[in-house]
Amino acid sequence: MNITLKIWRQKNAKSKGRFETYKLNNVATDMSFLEMLDYLNETLITQGQEPVAFEHDCREGICGSCGIYINGRPHGNERRTTTCELRMTQFEDGCTITVEPWRAAAFPVIKDLVVDRSAFDKIIAAGGYISTNAGAAQDANAIPVSKHNADLAFDTASCIGCGACVAACKNASAMLFVAAKIAHLAQFPQGRIEAAERAKKMIAKMDELGFGGCTNTRACEAECPKGISISTIAKLNREFISAKIKD
Amino acid sequence: MIEIFNSSIGKKLIMSISGLFLMAFLLVHLGVNLMLLVGDGEAFNRAAHFMGTNPAIKIMEPLLAFGFIFHIIYGTYITLKNRQTRPVGYAKWSSNGVTSWSSRNMYILGGTVFIFLIIHIANFFWKMKFGEMPTITYNGEVMDDAYSLVAGLFTQYWWYDLLYVAGAILLGLHLSHGFWSAFQTVGWNGTQWIKRLEIAAYIYAILIAVGFSIIPLYFLIFK
Repeated sequence: MNITLKIWRQKNAKSKGRFETYKLNNVATDMSFLEMLDYLNETLITQGQEPVAFEHDCREGICGSCGIYINGRPHGNERRTTTCELRMTQFEDGCTITVEPWRAAAFPVIKDLVVDRSAFDKIIAAGGYISTNAGAAQDANAIPVSKHNADLAFDTASCIGCGACVAACKNASAMLFVAAKIAHLAQFPQGRIEAAERAKKMIAKMDELGFGGCTNTRACEAECPKGISISTIAKLNREFISAKIKD
Repeated sequence: MIEIFNSSIGKKLIMSISGLFLMAFLLVHLGVNLMLLVGDGEAFNRAAHFMGTNPAIKIMEPLLAFGFIFHIIYGTYITLKNRQTRPVGYAKWSSNGVTSWSSRNMYILGGTVFIFLIIHIANFFWKMKFGEMPTITYNGEVMDDAYSLVAGLFTQYWWYDLLYVAGAILLGLHLSHGFWSAFQTVGWNGTQWIKRLEIAAYIYAILIAVGFSIIPLYFLIFK
């Protein structure tokens, strides 16, 4: 297939970026989106041009690094996939694909399609952990956890921190990410102890870093490659409001 | 505890609580207004007289005004603050098929409802409260003839009827997201409740939009 790519090019964090258009021929339909970008970059290098910078690592949908805004949606048009899982069969021959980095004040562009997502690390560092040494993996029955809680913890632990929730939200809010981390840790006896304190610290950090507030549009849930529900945000609200009332 | 209102969740909580309060008021308001459709106006005049003289309502009136003011001011503040979070926008936007137009445009909907609210207050509340009102006597009891004020406006000017229908529809759209969102913000939303609250939001929004629309339409068509 032959495609046209409209890609955001930006030399560095300080420079002003712009869209560049590239015609790419003979793209195999069984390529992943990232393989297509690799192919584009090989072509650009051959022509003596600067390749397009994009972030990638595992290429199997679990590292969360390949966040790209494709044709107006984070990770492209297919539900519950990361960019690396997106196949070129999703696109039609002769189509134009608009490729942009995540847009948020808290995620500044470093180069081309690569953004600085260290704001997420700062939120985790503010309280997204268990302070005490919880030890090595416990025997299965040493600390009883109900099936319900274990399932909830697993659902939220599947967050890969890709930032699609922030990218999709009209307010660039990180609430789904923070909610997933808080709901995950609060399901276990070891994590429950600090649950209130954790919610307060992580929300304070989220606000400080310039993420917006949640207006419940559900865009985050729709674009989350792991399908984390917005009801997780209600849990966070509950945790945070009760923690503040007890202060 | 008061610190909660410095946080993004706390500010949203103000929107949620004031919104829930205003939604409860709307039900009472609709209940009284539907009396306009009954008989020759005595039911509505008696209901309006009761609301205007009841001490409990006197206490609720300033609270209601505060509810509106908080909701409008905080809505504006939150919207302006949230707009700073994406200095460079996207070149292309595509629908994800999930988010509703209302949820993405609450401030535009709220803004138009606010304009409608000013017109509405000028049409009725202001005149009833501070203007010269005609009176009517039922069984020796003298009261303001609020019915003639409403009926006069809705029968004389057809475009006012359409304006009030448009206002009710915009309000309904605002509530179709606002109702559900208010419960989500206070934390009442598990995986079980999310669907129930969404359905309840649509029922409530349709009730309010249709309920307030049929009043001007009744006067336009039958009077």
